[in-house]
Amino acid sequence: MKILSAVFSIILLGLLVFGSLGLPFIGDKNSPAAEHVSPRYIEKAYKETGSPNLVTAVLADYRSFDTLGETTVIFIAGAATILILRTTAGRKDAEGGSDE
Amino acid sequence: MNRPFGTTILDTAFRYMVPFIMVYGVYVLLHGEYSPGGGFQAGALLAIAVVLTRLVQGREAIFDMNGDTAIILAGLGTLIYAGVGVATVIWGGNFLDYATIPLDLPAKELRPLGILVIEVGVTICVMGVIIAIYDALTRKDDDI
Repeated sequence: MKILSAVFSIILLGLLVFGSLGLPFIGDKNSPAAEHVSPRYIEKAYKETGSPNLVTAVLADYRSFDTLGETTVIFIAGAATILILRTTAGRKDAEGGSDE
Repeated sequence: MNRPFGTTILDTAFRYMVPFIMVYGVYVLLHGEYSPGGGFQAGALLAIAVVLTRLVQGREAIFDMNGDTAIILAGLGTLIYAGVGVATVIWGGNFLDYATIPLDLPAKELRPLGILVIEVGVTICVMGVIIAIYDALTRKDDDI
């Protein structure tokens, strides 16, 4: 069983390395990601959004719907933390406790 | 002032650090349009000011925020963000299309204004969530 999983892991590693060979290099201007929408953002972001910071222009204007989702996720995370940590279970000695 | 475990060094460092952290947080929020920064970072900075106060001064902190208030603030921040989106639809544009804000300004100035409003919403949300999580982690059993 151990040999089988080891063989499977090695096969998977080989597949992943083989797949990663087909990826474009970082900063390759001929890669698909850099040809389609990136040049348009770089050329027209200031004209269209009025924000000189390209990151802000993309984050809060072009993709503001995405940022709305991020904000909602953060809020849900906080609400879930409170819901989990503030349960009343397991607080048997709450009555006897005094404040230092 | 009653400080349970604050020493002079802690207290002095806290007095110098917290105001600057808060001012820097507001600066990061308002200047995020021109320089690296924005709502998420500003919210973390503002929350750290409150958390630091709680860390240094303990439960008798002079500058405190209740966990309930914090999570309500977080929801309010998310509501501001979503409200801007709904409002732009009502004003006859696409969702979150800031150019439809009915102010007498060119679109080039309206869009940064809309970005600033949603960044304020993000800041309030992140600040509230961090404070609420810290409060939930450190709260005692008997004050629920």
